[in-house]
Amino acid sequence: MIVHLPILQVIIPLMAAPLCLLLTRPRLAWLFSLIASGLAFLISGMLLQQVMTSGTIIYEMGGWEAPWGIEYRIDQLNALLLLIISALSTIVLFAAETSIHKEIPADKHTLFYVLYLLSLAAMLGIVATGDAFNVFVFLEISSLSAYALIALGQDRRALWASYQYLIMGTIGATFILIGIGLMYQMTGTLNMYDLSIRLPEVAQTRTVFTAFAFVIVGICLKLAMFPLHLWLPNAYAYAPSIVTAFFAATATKVAIYLLIRFTFSVFGLSFSFTHLPLQLLFVTLGLVGVFVASTAAIYQTNVKHLFAYSSIAQIGYMIVGFSISTAAGLTATLLHLFNHALMKGALFLALGAVMYRIGSTQLSNFQGLGRQMPVTMAAIVIGGLSLIGVPLTVGFVSKWYLVLAVIENGWWPVAVLILAGSLLAIVYVWRIVEVAYFKPALAGTETIQEAPLSFLIPVWTLVIANIYFGIDTRLSVQVAQAASQSLFGVSP
Amino acid sequence: MFIGLYNYWVVIVLMMVGFYIVIAHGNLIKKIVGLSIFQTSVFIFYISMAKVDGGSAPILADEINQYSNPLPQVLILTAIVVGIATTALALALAVRIKEAYGSIEEDEIQKQDNLD
Repeated sequence: MIVHLPILQVIIPLMAAPLCLLLTRPRLAWLFSLIASGLAFLISGMLLQQVMTSGTIIYEMGGWEAPWGIEYRIDQLNALLLLIISALSTIVLFAAETSIHKEIPADKHTLFYVLYLLSLAAMLGIVATGDAFNVFVFLEISSLSAYALIALGQDRRALWASYQYLIMGTIGATFILIGIGLMYQMTGTLNMYDLSIRLPEVAQTRTVFTAFAFVIVGICLKLAMFPLHLWLPNAYAYAPSIVTAFFAATATKVAIYLLIRFTFSVFGLSFSFTHLPLQLLFVTLGLVGVFVASTAAIYQTNVKHLFAYSSIAQIGYMIVGFSISTAAGLTATLLHLFNHALMKGALFLALGAVMYRIGSTQLSNFQGLGRQMPVTMAAIVIGGLSLIGVPLTVGFVSKWYLVLAVIENGWWPVAVLILAGSLLAIVYVWRIVEVAYFKPALAGTETIQEAPLSFLIPVWTLVIANIYFGIDTRLSVQVAQAASQSLFGVSP
Repeated sequence: MFIGLYNYWVVIVLMMVGFYIVIAHGNLIKKIVGLSIFQTSVFIFYISMAKVDGGSAPILADEINQYSNPLPQVLILTAIVVGIATTALALALAVRIKEAYGSIEEDEIQKQDNLD
């Protein structure tokens, strides 16, 4: 049993998805999905513990030895990502039943859980697998379910956002497919570990450079890295609240994982960063992304849009950490990945609660909410503080490590710019606080009540995690450091 | 050069044609068609690289001693399924968009969204 954990992790939600269809009662389907997701979470916790104590786990599918068969290879990096995805999915799912009650027509509830579980299984699959083509297949499963989930939004603009995401996403995935094809052409293998051994032999060919370019651009489209982020704001803003919370916390993280995996493990550090001007390119795009997206966030009138732009800015920080290409920089990126999942999970879930009570996330409707929904608004404020990077929240921890890594590398101007970017975050978070706490409530809104417990429990779980991991950083920092060191240890 | 790499030239031409249609056309259905052409070019690319001159299907028989690589073909079967699913979903979305906006022209939809 314990040997099969890597595959069980993916197969449980994958099998649970069609089984959900048989459960005609939406409430049952919800409980069932919650259990499936919870099991995945338990398994990922066990896997992380196993990896931290005894090193990389290799699982050969059906007993076929790699590189002939598909192998699942779980090292510290995968284990951390698996834990983030399954934990956030479970917490978000807890609030799903209440939330979709108001946002999705009743006959679609069961189907919603099917799509949700498929999306979860595919994301776990992308992370767990050690096979490049398998990555593409899982990527498409997760994307296709994502398009359908986004299209479930109430507003008709959700359809248009979903369509645009579909076009961009498919182009991205096809680029990755071309890249994988070119790699296969040069090496005759699809196994990532095998690729990392064979690619250096042919590294100086134009085919490999082309493969690298296709894979990186494809991943950056999925990742919504500036300037390929245009699909993200509308997709997040018009999707059902639960879907937004789930994707904001997990989907972009999976893409960051792929970026790290392909540049550091598959192509190798020396190929990715010495032969190509990737460092300069990424640090520039990352910083421009931080400023453009943060500035855009300030001018939004819809709070969901606001936080969607803020997500793009946070991705910018992760890209900056990534571009330093030192173990310290990568640690900062991984920490921020973990912390950002906690922050955005809490924020978007709290917005879901607001949506549940007032049916809108327009900033103008937030007037007086500080008094009407004090517990929810307090969560949004703490999440916002974490986004800014105030001490005692997780946001501070990852910014601290990021700035340290940048300074260690001697990039003083970048460190200054990172801090300046945080000032912009203060502005957009303040806008919400100002409206919610310092403006009188709108007429006719006296009846608005605090959000139900099914929202408050998951939201506050995440908020408390935000504070807990901001004070006790042992677990998150230790795992992130172990993951980044293992990447530097393996890469040739 | 040209004849030997004939398949690859076809791949590049199809890829660019498909990509151009996706970018340049405002009609949602035409975009989907472009996307399909774009994906198909990649399928042809995979199939072409697996072909060995004079190679046969990998069947164990006395008179056959050279084989084409079957793996990329298997991969592409999967990719074709993915492609069909994508096209079907995109068309379904186009139908829903037509119902909601009364149009499948990008600029028309954008205009209506700006009014809201």
